[in-house]
Amino acid sequence: MRHSDENYDKPFDIRVWRAMWRFFKPHSKTLVKIVLVMLLCSVVDVLIPLYQKYVIDNFIFPRSSDGILRAVAAGAALMAVQLAGTVIFTRGAIQVEMGFSRDLKKACFDHLQTLSMSYYSTTPVGYIISRVMSDTDRIGLLVAWGLVDLMWGLSYVVFAVAAMLALDFRLGVWLAAMIPIMALVTVWFQNRILRHNRAVRRANSVITGAWNESIMGARTSKTLVIEDINISEFGKLTGGMRRAAVRSATWSAAFTPLMLMFGAFAIAVIMARGIGYVAGGTMAFGTLSAMVSYAINIFEPVRQLSNIFSEATATQANIERVDALLKQAPEITDSPAVVELYGDSFEPKRENWEPLRGDILFDRVTFKYPDGDEYVLENFNLSVPAGTCVAIVGETGAGKSTLVNLVCRFYEPTSGRILIDGRDYRERSQLWLHSNLGYVLQTPHLFSGTIRDNIRYGRLDATDDEIMEAMRLASATRVIEKLPDGLDSDVGEGGSRLSTGEKQLLSFARAILANPRIFVLDEATSSIDTETERLIQNAISKILSGRTSFLIAHRLSTIKMADMILVVRDGKVIEQGTHRELLREKGYYLRLYSMQYEREMLPQQIRRP
Amino acid sequence: MGELTETENSNKRPAALLWEISQGSRGMYCAACAALLISVACNFTMPQLIRFLVDSASGVPASHMPVISSFAAAAGLGADFAERAGGLATAALLVVAVAAVGGAFTFTCRWTLACASEGMIKRLRDRLYSHIQRLPFEWHISIQTGDIVQRCTSDVEIVRNFASNQLIEIIRASALVIFAYSVLFPMNFTMAAASFAFLPVIFFYSAVFLRNASVSFLAADEAEGLLLAIAQENFSGVRVVRAFGRERYEADRFAAQNELFAELWMKLGRMLSAYWGIGDLLTGLQMVAICAVGAQQASRGGITVGEFIVFIIYNSMIIWPVRGLGRVLSEAGKTFVSLGRLREILESPTEADDEGASELPVKGDIEFDRVSFSYQDEPVLRDVSFTVKEGTTLGILGTTGSGKTTVAHLLCRLYDLGDGEGEIRIGKVDIKRFKHSHLRSNVGVVLQEPFLYSRTIAENIAGLSKNCPIQRIKDAAEIAQVDSDIERFAHSYGTMVGERGVTLSGGQKQRVAIARAILKGTPIMVFDDSLSAVDTETDARIRAALKSRAGGVTFIIISHRITTLSQADVIMVMESGRIVEMGPPAELERQGGIYARVLGMQRLVEGDLAEEAGGA
Repeated sequence: MRHSDENYDKPFDIRVWRAMWRFFKPHSKTLVKIVLVMLLCSVVDVLIPLYQKYVIDNFIFPRSSDGILRAVAAGAALMAVQLAGTVIFTRGAIQVEMGFSRDLKKACFDHLQTLSMSYYSTTPVGYIISRVMSDTDRIGLLVAWGLVDLMWGLSYVVFAVAAMLALDFRLGVWLAAMIPIMALVTVWFQNRILRHNRAVRRANSVITGAWNESIMGARTSKTLVIEDINISEFGKLTGGMRRAAVRSATWSAAFTPLMLMFGAFAIAVIMARGIGYVAGGTMAFGTLSAMVSYAINIFEPVRQLSNIFSEATATQANIERVDALLKQAPEITDSPAVVELYGDSFEPKRENWEPLRGDILFDRVTFKYPDGDEYVLENFNLSVPAGTCVAIVGETGAGKSTLVNLVCRFYEPTSGRILIDGRDYRERSQLWLHSNLGYVLQTPHLFSGTIRDNIRYGRLDATDDEIMEAMRLASATRVIEKLPDGLDSDVGEGGSRLSTGEKQLLSFARAILANPRIFVLDEATSSIDTETERLIQNAISKILSGRTSFLIAHRLSTIKMADMILVVRDGKVIEQGTHRELLREKGYYLRLYSMQYEREMLPQQIRRP
Repeated sequence: MGELTETENSNKRPAALLWEISQGSRGMYCAACAALLISVACNFTMPQLIRFLVDSASGVPASHMPVISSFAAAAGLGADFAERAGGLATAALLVVAVAAVGGAFTFTCRWTLACASEGMIKRLRDRLYSHIQRLPFEWHISIQTGDIVQRCTSDVEIVRNFASNQLIEIIRASALVIFAYSVLFPMNFTMAAASFAFLPVIFFYSAVFLRNASVSFLAADEAEGLLLAIAQENFSGVRVVRAFGRERYEADRFAAQNELFAELWMKLGRMLSAYWGIGDLLTGLQMVAICAVGAQQASRGGITVGEFIVFIIYNSMIIWPVRGLGRVLSEAGKTFVSLGRLREILESPTEADDEGASELPVKGDIEFDRVSFSYQDEPVLRDVSFTVKEGTTLGILGTTGSGKTTVAHLLCRLYDLGDGEGEIRIGKVDIKRFKHSHLRSNVGVVLQEPFLYSRTIAENIAGLSKNCPIQRIKDAAEIAQVDSDIERFAHSYGTMVGERGVTLSGGQKQRVAIARAILKGTPIMVFDDSLSAVDTETDARIRAALKSRAGGVTFIIISHRITTLSQADVIMVMESGRIVEMGPPAELERQGGIYARVLGMQRLVEGDLAEEAGGA
């Protein structure tokens, strides 16, 4: 529920905007420039009907063209000013829009680098993405163009009313009186239109979900023979969408003519009164023309003003979400004393870092996940001397990653301590530990870019020779052998151009290059071809030597490499010992082991001639 | 010549799709156009009224403006209205009345247009959806889900925009220009010509600019795509980033791309500012030109004040639609690309039943008669023949790639055998002679990775049917040993599955899918490795419950776990698309082949263990 964005119905609140204050500062100069230029532009726009009045009263009505050249020059000059104004405010606005959202994106991204794993495990990636990418865009858009519209609309209304009153007070009062009514009706309509648009967007996202489901679930739908049910359900969705869209369009369709009616009323007043004044000689024809122009034109700025108001209110939702993200406190932080000595993740003080040997001690560790309500470890003790290989086994979903999460300090013990080389690891910086860590995930994660970029992720200053050496150790050289560009080959988004096995080999090379003191492997369960499988086993055995390692293991061969095995069930460590000790116990481990044995031996048994 | 017609044809086809889906909305579209014309006419009448009033007040004779003055006279306004009591009030009322009629028709136009276009888009969506539902399984595995969803959403949205906005915008702008100049030219040729001369300049200027800018827009879009990818990879790979301590590196990478993206847009902004500025300048110069020519004409007595005002107002009415036309047309161009992409989906052939396909009872023995099958030129089944007697259980043992899943797919005709690839019969009837839907209603298949719909668990078990009694659902869930799991969820059977509800484990999903198949109650049931994520004890309980409840059902159980198969009547071992061993389990065990060896693995494990433990 906390990830839902629907139904934001709060009134305009300046306090929400204050959270964005620091992001305004760098753009204050451009913003001031925009304000001034918009004032200028609205003056030009108010002058145009007056220019027409001048032409009518001096040339058209007296039927003369004396001095028309001067008038044309003045008109052209006016238009040149307008040109300059438009160029300046458009540039400025796009600059602020992009700059503002760029700064917000950067702030969000940087902050996200400090947030803890518990944040990521409880927040869907799509949610974070839309905070960082779309919300920031919306805010930038509103800040820049909202200001443009606000300034222009406001000053146009003020100047136009002033001009009307100055031209003819008798008529001007009538017209000015209509503006507040117009504004109220507009606000009322805009709110309704906005609400209906929201309903349309909601309907649309449901339909997008249905598309996904229709394709992902195609096989199941066919075997269940529920195509017709699906089709009729979808028909209901699109029917609802049509109703929502037509309802929304109805309000918009009513709005414009209604606004034009205001213009017509204004013109009617001008005609009913003004024609008499003109006929009676108390008003010039040009004045009448200018009044008509203002009556027609004033609708647009009023609409823009009320639009700004509703948009600004709607954008508060975006601001609150971005602000909440920026204020989200990381659950795992280095104490000020640690930062003082070792630096933080962005500005490390490597010169003060002690080398890491790899003795790890769980000292009466009790742990519960921040979003869980059960202790998964209670007074857990474990000593892992440097160079030991620990295998963690258990069924899918048994909670095998808990220990790894604690060792990596992705989570910290609720109580008790974890000592590395005899000192509580909270006395060192997170980056100190992570810089000594090699990690290979069950589902290998690569980044867009070249193979070189991806391997070098393990050590940024590695040379090509070192990269090749790491790839050789990880048996990963065959991945690049068949690629024309070698190390420079693009792996595609998330490594999509490579097979899972290839990605795995590359992630081993990456970990080897990092030359870590602690190595963590989350072994893949999915089956890959036997050849790749053999290469991976080879890579694992190479990387283990001389390092403290934690393997979340599935395969018998991997399990057998371990010096110590922890058996996990329902989140808890229930058995512990070497392979032989555990087998002799004839407990849960034996059952797991035989199941895996059956799974792995079956192909061998069938293929045996 | 031949080639020419060919290209012409393929260019026409997207438009043909547009024409087809407009079926049922065409009347509404015509009504919208009619309403549009009336509202434009009304909007054009208003300035004429102003002109009549102004010119009458300045003593221009009514004969100078015959059309509008006879209109005014009909409404009760004589040329001497200004002197008569209530004359001005009548004039004002007339202005409001004309605006009201115009407004009413503007509303009608937009409303009918919305009905027409939304109806059209609903038809397009429904058609796409039902077509996709009926496309063969082969199509579904050959496509990229993201690509198809993109087409069904973004491309449909582009078509929608065309149908609801752009089309009418183009018509409106054309109508405005034609109306305006057919009045302005007779009124004063020179002035009309001066104003008209600007239109092609304004129109082509914006069309050419937008065409040139499209490259820059594309570059900015690409930069944004990359930025998004960096963000996405960082958040989804957060463990890797942290484990390697690469926060700083990632932040720098993101910042650089972020800067580039903003930079590209700012560059684009400089282009856009010039574009808008020059557009404004041209518009303004046109106004100045009208003033200048107007003054010159007035000095010769060629134009009255009222006429001049008409010129100014008409000009302001048409200039924005004309300025927008360049953008509208360039956007509308995208519509045809989108229509082509949608057309591609709609032209893929759907799963068709053979002529004379029947709904004969699907009953009796299942026979695979010399079945060979290739998928993408890779042979998957080679000359496979076997029979499953009605009411018995066949167990298929095999590893990944042995062809065991293909057997299941062929039996429910997710794939069809080609000519010369053998025949599959149920009760002596070639399964190709059954209707697809009829066959599948009688052959229940539970897949290894079952798909659950984002509905409630009850609806999922009931196969999305809404009026299935809950007791039957619970019974099926009990047989599938998932009832107690479901009861533990917050809303029990009413719990939503998927993003908006609970995430089920692999084993729970498999058991829900089994319950779904049980409720469907088909005479033939196929379990395609569908107990793989369930532990051995639950597996045994499910099989026992099934056996006792489903009398007379023919089962095909595919598995790589031997205990799952041990109670089958006949066991078939497959490898590389061939049957390598087949017979009742007891017989196979006696024969001492593969099955016997695999069965003996339990002993092997123990032997291995003894050896290991003993080695201590």
